[in-house]
Amino acid sequence: MTDLLEIKNITKRFGNLTANDNISFSQKEGEVLAILGENGAGKTTLMNILFGHYKADYGEIIFKGSELPSGKPESAIAAGIGMVHQHFTLADNLTVLENIIIGERSLFSPSLPQKSAREKLRNLSDIFGLPIEPDTLVINLSVSEKQRLEILKTLYRDCTLLILDEPTAALTPQETDSLFSTIKQMVSKGLSVILISHKLNEILSVSDRIVVLRQGRSVGEVCTKNADRKKLAEMIVGGTVDYPKKQAVKKGSEVIRLQNISCDAINDSSKGLNEINISLFEGEILGIAGVTGNGQIPLAKMMAGHLKPKNGEMFFLGKKITSYTPKQFMDLGVAYIPEDRNIDGLIGDMSVWENSIMTETNDLQVRSPLGWLNRDNCKNSAHLLCSTYDVRTQSLQQPARLLSGGNVQKLLLGRWLSRRPKLLIACQPTRGLDEGAIASIQKIILEVRKKGNAVLLITEDLDELLMLSDKIAVLFNGSLSNSFGAEKLNRSKIGLMMAGESFDG
Amino acid sequence: MADFRLEQRDFISRRLAFFAPMGAVIFSFLVASVLILLAGVSPLESYYKLFIGAFGSKNAIAETLARATPIILTGLAAAIAFRAKFWNIGAEGQLYAGALAVTFFGTGLIQLPNFLMIPFLFLVGALAGGLLLLPLVLLRNYYKVDEVVTTLLTNFIVVLLVGYLLEGPWKDPMSLGWPQGASVIDEGVLPQILPRTRLHLGFIISIFTAITIWLIMSRTILGYKIKAVGINPSASHHAGIPVIRTIIIVALLSGGMAGMAGVTETAGLKGYLTLDLSPGFGYAGIAVAMLANLNPIGIIVSGTFLASIYVGADAMSRAMNVPTYLADVIVALTVLFVLLSIVIIQYRIVFGEKRS
Amino acid sequence: MIFDFIEILFTAGFWAATIRIACPLIFATLGELICERSGVLNLGIEGIMSIGAMVGWMAVYQGAGLYSGILAAAFVGAIFGLIHAIFSVYLGASQHVTGIGVTMLASSLGFFSFKLILPYSTTPPKIEPFQPLDIPLLSDIPFFGEALFQHTPFTYLALASVIIIFWLINSTPFGLSIKMAGENPMALEAQGIDVLFVRSVAVILGSALMAVGGAYLTMSAFDAFYFGMVNGRGWIAIALVIFATWKPERALLGALLFAGLDAYQVRAQQLAGAVVPYQFFLMMPFFLSIIAMIIAAKKTRYPKALLIPFRRGERH
Repeated sequence: MTDLLEIKNITKRFGNLTANDNISFSQKEGEVLAILGENGAGKTTLMNILFGHYKADYGEIIFKGSELPSGKPESAIAAGIGMVHQHFTLADNLTVLENIIIGERSLFSPSLPQKSAREKLRNLSDIFGLPIEPDTLVINLSVSEKQRLEILKTLYRDCTLLILDEPTAALTPQETDSLFSTIKQMVSKGLSVILISHKLNEILSVSDRIVVLRQGRSVGEVCTKNADRKKLAEMIVGGTVDYPKKQAVKKGSEVIRLQNISCDAINDSSKGLNEINISLFEGEILGIAGVTGNGQIPLAKMMAGHLKPKNGEMFFLGKKITSYTPKQFMDLGVAYIPEDRNIDGLIGDMSVWENSIMTETNDLQVRSPLGWLNRDNCKNSAHLLCSTYDVRTQSLQQPARLLSGGNVQKLLLGRWLSRRPKLLIACQPTRGLDEGAIASIQKIILEVRKKGNAVLLITEDLDELLMLSDKIAVLFNGSLSNSFGAEKLNRSKIGLMMAGESFDG
Repeated sequence: MADFRLEQRDFISRRLAFFAPMGAVIFSFLVASVLILLAGVSPLESYYKLFIGAFGSKNAIAETLARATPIILTGLAAAIAFRAKFWNIGAEGQLYAGALAVTFFGTGLIQLPNFLMIPFLFLVGALAGGLLLLPLVLLRNYYKVDEVVTTLLTNFIVVLLVGYLLEGPWKDPMSLGWPQGASVIDEGVLPQILPRTRLHLGFIISIFTAITIWLIMSRTILGYKIKAVGINPSASHHAGIPVIRTIIIVALLSGGMAGMAGVTETAGLKGYLTLDLSPGFGYAGIAVAMLANLNPIGIIVSGTFLASIYVGADAMSRAMNVPTYLADVIVALTVLFVLLSIVIIQYRIVFGEKRS
Repeated sequence: MIFDFIEILFTAGFWAATIRIACPLIFATLGELICERSGVLNLGIEGIMSIGAMVGWMAVYQGAGLYSGILAAAFVGAIFGLIHAIFSVYLGASQHVTGIGVTMLASSLGFFSFKLILPYSTTPPKIEPFQPLDIPLLSDIPFFGEALFQHTPFTYLALASVIIIFWLINSTPFGLSIKMAGENPMALEAQGIDVLFVRSVAVILGSALMAVGGAYLTMSAFDAFYFGMVNGRGWIAIALVIFATWKPERALLGALLFAGLDAYQVRAQQLAGAVVPYQFFLMMPFFLSIIAMIIAAKKTRYPKALLIPFRRGERH
């Protein structure tokens, strides 16, 4: 077998951050090459360079024996490279077919290849076992259908090397299995695949060879069949990470209770809620699993007072809630860590100290009764916050966007936890963080439980869910399953529930 | 196509942030000099005449400062709104609303001694400007009706209303056929602050207002909220900041500033309401705010600067036979070049990167 | 009396006027629609229409043919579109401020050049504008002939442009790219298409249409150029785009509806002028625009990437 792809000395900097530092490797034809590394190791940056979204500062890429022009996705596509991005690159307002054919003909050609495209799409669907309805609007597709469409898009452009960037992030374990069998089928048809992931299990089950990246550098290359699990895990994080251990905590009285709560869908991409019942106690973590868009966001928003239920009742510390506003819930003692910490959490263009007081604008430490801002007090409390929660920042004056993901999350958690909430709602609290940061965030969450408070944890990471939660329930199509003790469940059982099958533990 | 990308700078250089707007102004003059050449005269001489027209005598300076008065106020109106990403392009209409309030209350309906009458007129003028904006901000917040378009359209409605009132019920019978309103009573007229010129108390008030707004924006919790809501309403909402209420306050303040500009013109410069009270002060305010990078203190400088261009251009036009519209061209160019300078301040432009 | 008001609707003149009044709005609304569909709000519209009106008229006044006048207006509109695109698309600057700057620059440059070329004209000079072109046979149909088929070629061009833009948006790769650029630009780039290029071409094309809409005023509706003759039509067009939910066919409908009300108020004014001051009739279009936006706003789905600059190679 000859080398299909050669990556030579790729280096890429963003400002002061070196995202890729002199990375080199090669891939043979028909091979499934895995790029393994924790979040922030530079995997996606590297693939974005290969596909032409970014230009490398140094280095070159040889594909099928000739150098690939840098910074041009159109050249990569023409050469036969296809990429399925972690965040889908689809236009919701267009149909499946329209999303596929765009870019096939020259921009200024007078017509669209509707008819031939339909035929080709049907053929590809048959060959690879990826059925899809060409005239559906993308907005109406499920997550796994969208991924199927993304793969078909690349096949339609005759790709021979398919890059899959964290393809399993939003899939159930069963959907993941089916994706992997698709990959195997594609390889049997002569395609080569690059699989980006931070999940060791998945990589080991499907790849031929593994390249490990850490902090922008390539730190090793192994054949999967010779791979040593433990050693790989150490290579990924550069040592061992101390994950927190869950300790037994005494269950206290009830913090929040939801009775037959329903609401309508808040946007196109998420279901509403259907007769939800939850009872959450002091010292307890309730984990919520589910495929994205099955009602997680409305549930979190409702329990944080951002959304008013259509019917049903909610009780906090035994008292019925009558007014649904964020302010009201904050005063009751609810803290809400939203899913997208960079959009709904911190304000990147404001300084660390300004971000740290955002929830305290009525506090007389922060302002005088007349409304003057007390900067000294603000900075002192920001300083205290940063040292308590180990937020590493160059100065309090630094804009928050320059903080690493882990520090952003610690600052955000710290800001809310210093209010001493009775209930913490954490949505995807460790998504996109490196392993060290994940461990510290998990530690903070367990600490909240240990202090006798309640936690609602919504996460896509089933390992995290099983590890942190005391009990687990699954959201499917806006309905919540019964909750089960975490010890009674495992990945595949949860996976089946996520796909809508009932489980009676 | 062009081979470059923009990379956000980690820290903004203060020196760059200070000098870039000046560079923008210089470029505007350079580009505008091409137009002067087209008119067949010397740009240098024209700009000299412009400068003399704006600053060449006590009277010229007074005239420039008098012209700066409403522009500073509309500049503040734009700055405070833009800071909250509330796109109030309706300062022109709000200015006239302020002027209407002055004409309604200040021409005899209410009689107070001047130390009460003048604050009263500013109060009703500001209220009128703010109230004009209120339904539009409510429409934006509760019905998602884009405020850019509604504020722009409202300008036309208010100007037509002024036209109707001045040609109809509010027409001053003493005005010999000209459509103008009755004169503001003596107690309400803003006194001259420089003898034998048109410079009036309004200028001092506009400076005072700018300082007040600066204090609000930089030293109070309201200013903090406005900044947070402007940069990221979603994160602000999640942190419990009342986003809608903050934007309503911003709208009232912004409309109020513009309404005050109507007061300075009606009760200060002219003494009565006319149809041509504002030759686009509302729009000039946007340029002024941009030039000052939305900084209230900077607006005093940029507002005076813009006023000097307008005043100087009249003199230049008479002397050199260059159409006065040159002033508007320069102002428009300044807006665009300042925008360019803002990009340069915030981003590094990285050209073709690969150097292997 | 009440019958007089109803009778207006049954005069061919009313319907002919409706179409005439709609034309500049049709061009302008289509132009804005293309820009916004690609993700760029173009507030330069008012100024671009103004300079288009001046340039088209001036070209003819200086001896060019009428069609060359339209081309000249389109060309100048395209240049301002290019300026807009450089700022808002390539540099990713605020679309609001860019648009306001472009409007200020376009209108002031238009006024400046007009005064420069014709410094001493007190009464605006006139040109020989487009003349009505009776469509053979069709124009002889009673009522409908006068209402629909006795218009100037410029009017027919406006109606044709609706069909062309409809086709462009819905049936060509470029139209598809525009729609994708306004929804998820990253999706477009992932298919190997240059987002910045697509957006720029959309803004340039849209601006050219706006300028042609302005030229309609001086070359078909009237025969001279006045300062401030665009008189808010650009802003009204922006409201119409929202009312039209970014669809060309609905833009035509919106412009006609709007023009119909305008034509009606002019006629009603003649009947009621003594009772209701003319300024209130002139306010109608602006009120109607706001009302149209309120009606459309609740159910409107904006192009998702509208107002959001796309920066290539930025870390996501």
